[in-house]
Amino acid sequence: MSDPSVSAAERPELEALWHRHSFLELDARARAFCVLDEGTGSEYCGPFDRIESPWLEPQGLVPQADDGVVVVKGLLAGEPCVVIGVEGAFQGGSIGEVSGAKATCALQLAARDARAGRPISAVLLLETGGVRLQEGTLGLNAVAEILSALLELRSMRPVIGVAAGPLGSYGGMSIVAGLCTRMVLTHEGRLGFNGAQVIESEAGVAEFDSSDRALIWSVNGGAQRYATGLADALVLDDVPAVRRAVITAVAAGVPEHHRSEELGVLAARLSAGDGGQARFSLTGLGIPPAPGPGQGPLADSHPGAAQQRGAQS
Amino acid sequence: MSRSQAWFDALSTQELPSRYRSVAIADSDLGSGPAARLLAVVPDPGNVYPRARRGEVGLLEGIGLAHAVGEVIELDRGLADDQHRPIVAVVDVPSQAYGRLEEQFGEYLYIAAAVDAYATARVAGHPVIALVVGSAISGGFLAHGLQASQILALDDDKTEIQAIHKPAAARITLRTIAELDELAKIVTPLSFDVRAWATLGYCDGLLKVSNADQPTSADADLAREALRDAIARARQGPRDLTNRLQSPQARHARQASLQARQRLTEQWH
Repeated sequence: MSDPSVSAAERPELEALWHRHSFLELDARARAFCVLDEGTGSEYCGPFDRIESPWLEPQGLVPQADDGVVVVKGLLAGEPCVVIGVEGAFQGGSIGEVSGAKATCALQLAARDARAGRPISAVLLLETGGVRLQEGTLGLNAVAEILSALLELRSMRPVIGVAAGPLGSYGGMSIVAGLCTRMVLTHEGRLGFNGAQVIESEAGVAEFDSSDRALIWSVNGGAQRYATGLADALVLDDVPAVRRAVITAVAAGVPEHHRSEELGVLAARLSAGDGGQARFSLTGLGIPPAPGPGQGPLADSHPGAAQQRGAQS
Repeated sequence: MSRSQAWFDALSTQELPSRYRSVAIADSDLGSGPAARLLAVVPDPGNVYPRARRGEVGLLEGIGLAHAVGEVIELDRGLADDQHRPIVAVVDVPSQAYGRLEEQFGEYLYIAAAVDAYATARVAGHPVIALVVGSAISGGFLAHGLQASQILALDDDKTEIQAIHKPAAARITLRTIAELDELAKIVTPLSFDVRAWATLGYCDGLLKVSNADQPTSADADLAREALRDAIARARQGPRDLTNRLQSPQARHARQASLQARQRLTEQWH
């Protein structure tokens, strides 16, 4: 598999690795603009509108003029699309009153447009620890409102989630991931409700050892989520690769049943009744094993592969 | 007995079978209109998932709630608007389940299934009412209660609505519990006091009962009356959650939300 005599030309995924343009290293605003077709994006209720969280300053915390969520509308493969990006570098990508209101309102406006015969899809860039605890119940409610607005749009147009990392998507915002029409993850992305540290402090180190990185990746990591059917694409940390995966996910349209509606599948995953010893059984669920290097999505991220599929980049 | 079980029992007319012991389902005759479907998450010491034995919303509870709500939607599909039966969520949930197995299976997706079902029922025309009788915390409340059209809560010292339980809130925000309590006096959303929560704009009624732990028949009557009123408001109101921005309290406490929404809507084209 790692035969050094194989040239880069024979391993297009290596070629892609050398030339990649990291998505992870971009902030939320740059990510949002580069997902959309070049030059088409414009930001709504941006930092110059200066609507900050009113709850942070009294706590001695510094607010931010966009409250950590960017809303950018433009075109994706020529079709209208709104990207809602959470900035992981501000308050751990947490959702507060204002950031939540921006996300909810953008999803509702998209739903309004879709109902009026102006179809528009949505992409959520999830880099978030969930509810902003510094805004307590208003943060919690903000997430509930996002979930409701997401469902409003999801019945008409695809709502695609991207958890690229390095933070991942956790807490209340992981429910957003659970409701998305499709999820795109990178190998560096993580997805789960409770982070390892939280579980360790709630239930002890034997339940979840947060210093065991391999354990975390084997539970919450992008490759694991993809292999167990909880994500639809696993891509290289590369702007064109992420963009192509998002375009493909939107193009696949609105499915008859969403993941969060497939109660039969969810029940089948659990082998309840075995005293809590349940473990994943991939065989029998028809879930493919995680792709090894050079297979599947990694190879897919090579520009040539996309051209063959006719996707735009 | 947990408060969720006590209030479920007090309001239940006829208990219905449930696939999971931790999800209690009943019909509840409220005195007028179609009987409401009553749902509660109750402690199950025999739960196969050890981290979900104290009334938390975990894997089974998420899927159990989704099934129970989905069944109501199926039963009333095609009925006239005012015939869609109400769904009453009796809420006393300490949190989502914090466990490794839960993470492995993707607990977020099981909670999403419950959220999906509740929101779908609301949009389909079922008045969805949350009655908070104890703890309504974090993912537990997101899964069971926060998609309701109307939220009622007991006016009681042990009713708590918050994003996470207090010791964890202190730990994660790097404060002591005493500091957190002090801050909550000036930053209302941090408060664990249900009366403070009621000033934030999405409380549709506080109920003063005589015994919140073991409701008397007068307490149950009071709750039924409040539920009937809430159902009537829900039938008249919007089917999304925008009413949470329209109350006089919201117009005061959530000015920043309203401002952000106004700006975004003006700029949207």
